[in-house]
Amino acid sequence: MKRVHLEMTKMRVTAIAAGVALAMSLAACGGGGGDGDGDGGDNATPEFNAGVNKVYNPSDKKGGTLKMANDADFDSLDPGDTYYGYSWNFVRNYTRSLVTFKSAPGEKSNELVPDLAESLGEASPDAKTWTYKLREGIKYEDGTPVKSEDVKYAVARSLDKDILVNGPTYFNDFLDLKGYAGPYKDKDKTMKKFTAVETPDDRTIIFHLIKPFSGFDYLAMLPSTAPVPAAKDTGTKYKEHVLSTGPYMFASNELEKRFTLTRNKYYDPKSDPDTGRKALPDEITVDLNVNQEDIDQRLQSGDLDVAISGLGVLAETRATILQDPDQKKFSDTADQARLWFTSFDNSVKPFDNIHCRKAVMYATDHEGYLRAYGGSSGGQIATNMMPPLIPGYKKIDLYEFESKPNGDIDKAKDELKQCGQPDGFTTNISYRTERAAEKATAEALQQSLDKVGIKTELKPYPQDDYGKIYAGNVAFSTKNKLGLRVYGWGADWNDGFGFLSQIVDSRVIRPAGNTNFNVNDPEIDALLDKALSTLDTKEREGLWAEIDQKVMEGAYYLPGVDAKQLLYRPERLTNVFITNAYNMYDYTTLGVQK
Amino acid sequence: MTAPLETTGKSAKAPPEATLQGASKKAIQGRSLGQIAWMRLKRDKVALVGGAVVVFLILVAVFAPLIVKLLAHPPNEFHYDQVNEATSLPINEPGGISGDFWFGVEPVNGRDLFSRTVYGAQVSLLIAFLATLLSVIIGTVMGVIAGYFGGWVDAVISRLMDIFLAFPLLLFALALAGAMPDEVAGLQGYWLRVVVIVFIIGFFNWPYIGRIVRGQTLSLREREFVDAARSLGGRSGYILAKELLPNLAAPILVYSTLLIPTNILFEAALSFLSVGVPAPTATWGGMLSDATHWYKVDPWFMFPPGLAIFITVLAFNLFGDGLRDAIDPRGR
Repeated sequence: MKRVHLEMTKMRVTAIAAGVALAMSLAACGGGGGDGDGDGGDNATPEFNAGVNKVYNPSDKKGGTLKMANDADFDSLDPGDTYYGYSWNFVRNYTRSLVTFKSAPGEKSNELVPDLAESLGEASPDAKTWTYKLREGIKYEDGTPVKSEDVKYAVARSLDKDILVNGPTYFNDFLDLKGYAGPYKDKDKTMKKFTAVETPDDRTIIFHLIKPFSGFDYLAMLPSTAPVPAAKDTGTKYKEHVLSTGPYMFASNELEKRFTLTRNKYYDPKSDPDTGRKALPDEITVDLNVNQEDIDQRLQSGDLDVAISGLGVLAETRATILQDPDQKKFSDTADQARLWFTSFDNSVKPFDNIHCRKAVMYATDHEGYLRAYGGSSGGQIATNMMPPLIPGYKKIDLYEFESKPNGDIDKAKDELKQCGQPDGFTTNISYRTERAAEKATAEALQQSLDKVGIKTELKPYPQDDYGKIYAGNVAFSTKNKLGLRVYGWGADWNDGFGFLSQIVDSRVIRPAGNTNFNVNDPEIDALLDKALSTLDTKEREGLWAEIDQKVMEGAYYLPGVDAKQLLYRPERLTNVFITNAYNMYDYTTLGVQK
Repeated sequence: MTAPLETTGKSAKAPPEATLQGASKKAIQGRSLGQIAWMRLKRDKVALVGGAVVVFLILVAVFAPLIVKLLAHPPNEFHYDQVNEATSLPINEPGGISGDFWFGVEPVNGRDLFSRTVYGAQVSLLIAFLATLLSVIIGTVMGVIAGYFGGWVDAVISRLMDIFLAFPLLLFALALAGAMPDEVAGLQGYWLRVVVIVFIIGFFNWPYIGRIVRGQTLSLREREFVDAARSLGGRSGYILAKELLPNLAAPILVYSTLLIPTNILFEAALSFLSVGVPAPTATWGGMLSDATHWYKVDPWFMFPPGLAIFITVLAFNLFGDGLRDAIDPRGR
């Protein structure tokens, strides 16, 4: 008995020893920075900010599924009805607009390059007429050819802000419409009355503007120029299956749950030499309405590749990542051309009186505002509207935010006396329910304003309808006395016009789906117009600062935080870099290692 | 005669009234239901502990403002010095607990969790009690009418109860709380929300009490004392009020006590889903909702509200169970 036992033990020990030796040798075989057997290049070593201003883990290897998740739902997958930055980034996977931002790291990503068109626009000497020629042989996912008339139709339908509520209003503002209101109102799909856009042949499209605009290529970049065949347009239902011209097409779309893109066999990479798209994955899946903590967790566990909203990880996740060097190497930090701020509603008394608004400007604890967004790792205290990234930025601090970061109670009380409310007043603060930082902001505002007698009640509303039904709906905001509305804004493109116009131009104010929550000043409008026709760059940039100054003088908005964010970069991603155009990872170049 | 039985806990059989343990050598006298129940209850240690906790919680809820004023910081006051600026986490480990902040502080704003938990007791118990009261009033009235009059009256009321029981309460609460206007009947903000929540929980939970009362009434109305009263000329109203209700008091009390924890959980669920009492008022459910954001880096934040709900619900359940067993140990 004993001897057998001993032998068994010896065998067991030998087996274990062998096993250990085997394991150790396998471990030695494994690569340095990553697990995969780097097909298509060495595995790069992950490090902090490896995806900033350079491509991390470059690759040309095709294949795999890119898994993305959204903590809410898209405002719309319809390129003519969407306004979120991440949506404009992602939409390039399934549509092509006339021109687009180059997919490259660093400064190059602010460059516009031709996509559907052969080259950037050809302008008339007075910058009021712009001509584009479409490339040959572009087809939709069903093989039908793309015609210039389809681009004309796409722009036409996007004009109707009653049907397609969300998108920008640049075409409404710049085209010489002569009263044309889009094919839903006009009911003529041949668009005879839409003389502002001409299509003399199947490949040429000419835009006639009502005022000069030297930056019209930025409008040609908009997803609203992605072609839509009139015969296949289904209005508000078009978002359920958008006809693709890009490298991917919709394979499935479970509304509010998830959608899947697969390769569009009619996309010809040879027809796309300039943009830098790589179309590496075979499939892209996007889960919708996923809890934000889940997203952060799945990113870190490798179950998810990208958090599509591009706003970075939650404050608490950021805290863990930044403190742990083993996690920090998988992250990239980015300054954003984004401002977190709170808007007044001048139609809600007593905010019709500028002194009551100034009282709030003085009473706010700006440090508290910053802490709501994660303190110094979330950004810095903003003193005026334009973020520092925008060329022409000038620091304007009319209310001493920097010298008095916790507010100036005495000045606030003085302003209250001047507006006839010496003991304070009551109002409501609205914010987007899903955004923990906005809830924290609302609570911080409530605490600071209470110190001067301004009593507030908090009113959360869902994020995807915040603009359409709630805070951005003029009637709703007035009726529900949303005197203060917590919000944020990122530049449509990195210049003063791209940041300011949609939030300070009174002419973009509409009954619902607003982005300009409060500014209605003809002098500001006039300055905006002047800047558009000023061809000298330095002079134009000076005008943006002047507009910023006027907005601050009018106390229309309460600036909060110039934003920074932390993006998590899972190990298996290839070709990762931050595009300055959208201040998040470029979604047309990402690939996955298997 | 058999020797008096030792009784321990809830599973013991009840001895005949006249031979209850503890009776001295005095002349045997009949004991009221209340006295008997109290003696049974006294023996049930678990229920007594539950009861003591319940009393303690009620005191905490009632005296919340005083407790917080004397011992801690105002519940909505921010304390940035307690929170790390860059990570938003409490500076003291774990969870910000210190001599000054017994339960720690909330991330980002440094609010005192002790104060918020104590005030949370006020909201939870206030709403639960009021809602239960509403259910009891409606349930008793409907149950007694159904049980006493029988016939088509009973049929109608019973069907009503079925309908109310089938109602998807949480969905309705979500919809109503979300669609509420700012001001109704002169109430707004905090109190409007409280009233609406009390109404939703109380109004839709009445069948729970209603069925019990109906059952009790059905059995009681056949008893001799009712016949006696009727034969003496007592009208229905008199019988209902003076004969039946007093006998219903006990079961109503028991089932109310058991209903309260359900209502506490319900209010916590509504707060958790952000349709309960609005921020920044401290509610246990609301605190839990916020705490789930931080569980990975500050798990302690979940403990004060989570434990508070757990202990409260457990205490009420244990006490209610003990009460039920004391009053009617055979009926389960």
